[in-house]
Amino acid sequence: MSDNAAPIQLFAKKARVYPKRVWGTFRKLKWASMVVLLGIYYLAPFLRWDRGPHAPDQAILIDMPARRAYFFFIEIWPQEVYYLTGILILAAVALFFVTSLFGRVWCGYACPQTVWTDLFVWVERIVQGDRVKRMRLAEARWGFEKIWKMALTHSLWLVIGLLTGGAWVFYFNDAPTLLEQIIHFDVPWGVMSWVLALTFSTYLMAGFAREQVCMYMCPYSRFQSAMFDKDTLIIGYDEKRGEPRGKYKKGDSWDDRGHCIDCTACVQVCPTGIDIREGLQMECIACGLCVDACDGIMDKLGLPRGLIRYDTTHNQEAREAGLKERSHLMRPRTVYYTAIITLVGAVMLFGLMNRAPVELHVLYDRNPLFVKLSDGRIRNGYDVKILNKAHEDKVYSLSVKGLENVEIRVQGAGEIKADQLHVYADSVGHFRVFVVADKPADARENVDFRLEEVGGANAADYDGVFMSGKP
Amino acid sequence: MSKNNEIDKVSGVETTGHTWDGIKELNNPAPRWWLIVFYITVIWSIGYWVVYPAWPTLSGDGERGGTQGTMGWTQYDQLKEQQAEIRARKSAYLERFENASFAEIRSDEELYAFAVAGGAAAFKDNCATCHGTGGAGSAGYPNLNDDDWLWGGDVESIHETIRVGIRSPHEETRLSEMPPFGDMLSGEEIADVADHVLALSGRAEDSEAGAQVFADNCASCHGDNGLGDSALGAPNLADAIWFYGSEKGDIMSQVRKPKHGVMPTWEARLDANTIRQLAIYVHSLGGGEE
Repeated sequence: MSDNAAPIQLFAKKARVYPKRVWGTFRKLKWASMVVLLGIYYLAPFLRWDRGPHAPDQAILIDMPARRAYFFFIEIWPQEVYYLTGILILAAVALFFVTSLFGRVWCGYACPQTVWTDLFVWVERIVQGDRVKRMRLAEARWGFEKIWKMALTHSLWLVIGLLTGGAWVFYFNDAPTLLEQIIHFDVPWGVMSWVLALTFSTYLMAGFAREQVCMYMCPYSRFQSAMFDKDTLIIGYDEKRGEPRGKYKKGDSWDDRGHCIDCTACVQVCPTGIDIREGLQMECIACGLCVDACDGIMDKLGLPRGLIRYDTTHNQEAREAGLKERSHLMRPRTVYYTAIITLVGAVMLFGLMNRAPVELHVLYDRNPLFVKLSDGRIRNGYDVKILNKAHEDKVYSLSVKGLENVEIRVQGAGEIKADQLHVYADSVGHFRVFVVADKPADARENVDFRLEEVGGANAADYDGVFMSGKP
Repeated sequence: MSKNNEIDKVSGVETTGHTWDGIKELNNPAPRWWLIVFYITVIWSIGYWVVYPAWPTLSGDGERGGTQGTMGWTQYDQLKEQQAEIRARKSAYLERFENASFAEIRSDEELYAFAVAGGAAAFKDNCATCHGTGGAGSAGYPNLNDDDWLWGGDVESIHETIRVGIRSPHEETRLSEMPPFGDMLSGEEIADVADHVLALSGRAEDSEAGAQVFADNCASCHGDNGLGDSALGAPNLADAIWFYGSEKGDIMSQVRKPKHGVMPTWEARLDANTIRQLAIYVHSLGGGEE
């Protein structure tokens, strides 16, 4: 056997990508989306939203200690976490919808991984220079220049990471208060550990992992092909026009050759380091930077733009066949994604509009199951919880239906009447309640607890049981 | 390992020379970073031995019988610290609790919650053995949830019962003793009086002879109408709650040779505050009287 044969490689060696600077429409779009998205991320926690005196006035707030989540007009209690499911379904289907129409615009412009990577690459370029300089520096021996440039790059990355983590925690605390604490170096360790964890993950993901996240970690890039069809907008290389490619010298004839001059500008600017001329690839995040790069070259050559462009497979085929290009926005796929979004959105909206301002929960005692009193009547004990979701104190009246000769007694400090149950604003009132009644026919009698707001229209019901024997 | 081991073609890794059924073992050493971390943890552990109690010694001197560690840290101390912390937290309420009357406690939300919570814990530790975790009792052990009380159901009476016990060695113990009527009454008389007792709660035809026996022998403690007297510890015989059984046979047996339960005094075992908490807790179970 030959020991000289090179071993088969099971793993691809990671080649670092050094994207080259590029100018053009899509680059401008990417800058704009970066500024807008980072702006939203950093400023959103400081938006105020008046909810009255008994609730925080931060528009977007997840208040873990108080178990509340606020999003503008929406307020969610822990047991209403299914709204979150609705939001996630909406987000997922909206993503599918946008993908089937415009391809991976999310990946190219809006995904945090893309935005932060773009920012980190920008820092890298400002400090170390453009692609070629960066590649040379990476290969250079360690000397003064390399040390300070690398140190500065990594320090800036860490600072961005710190700001990223620093902004994240504002969503979980009252932002102005926390900002003041941060300024006075008086940050709780729990907050600080989150900041540091996110600093590190930002540094790792945007500084090192970069396109590897899209290629190996992201599930969406793996299954997005399921949302693709022939009318989905993709980055396409016009093979018919471009091939056969070859080097071009000024003055050469364009006859008998393609318009691609094999300058590899499209490859050099690609943030995931692929060659788009090889066709649609999983690694392509559809950011359009290769379009900008190629258009720039075409302008210089005096050729029409669009050798690489946002395109659909249908149009590519149509051009090859000499037919007219058309865009098909109405397709079964887009129609049923729209239908799902509308349906889920409507259900959510209905749920939020009809969100009960008060809820009642009645848990019956298991030990003792029931108590026989000296006059032969039966007593059951209950833990009653009243969820007052309104932002003002309320008084409720509790009654029970389905029993004869009923008496309701509330056990607690001082005298509490069952028709005068006081519950503070935005909180859960907990009451020990005894119900005394004549022995009903069934050992396990179904009864209705009803809670009515005193001087208000709100009410809540609970289907409970009244035990008078071993069932 | 010999140097002449074959190189695996697929992975380019040396084999160890171990072969099982033609399957060859590759010599992939543990990654260096993993080994370094491992060695660091080994070195780190030495620090633990120095700082914390670690090795048992055979000498067994002192309470700990092992190396003590430079920090002098022990789990015992940690436990004591944590208990002290809890005591300190409780003391904020205890002082107020100690100086407040039952009426004051029962109208103060904070003190009441403190008493019920403390009482519930003490109940499970001390009382649940006989009365059950829910206080529902069983034959011979009273149900503390209902509204029938042998020795009174207001907070003060409950407190007194817990403090001195029933038929306990305490000097002031609650004490009642129903005589064994088996020696004094005939079998027929006992059956008659049992009928009368059942009739008090409307469960049998009254017997005139029984009523006479009752008036002569029982009414002095249980009252003319059998309503009992909590000052004497005499049970109410006219209600729906029966301590030693509700059948005629149970009643006759209790007349003939009464059973007498015993409840220990808790004054010596529990501190005054715990007993007060227990009284409020038992009162809160639902049957408490004013």
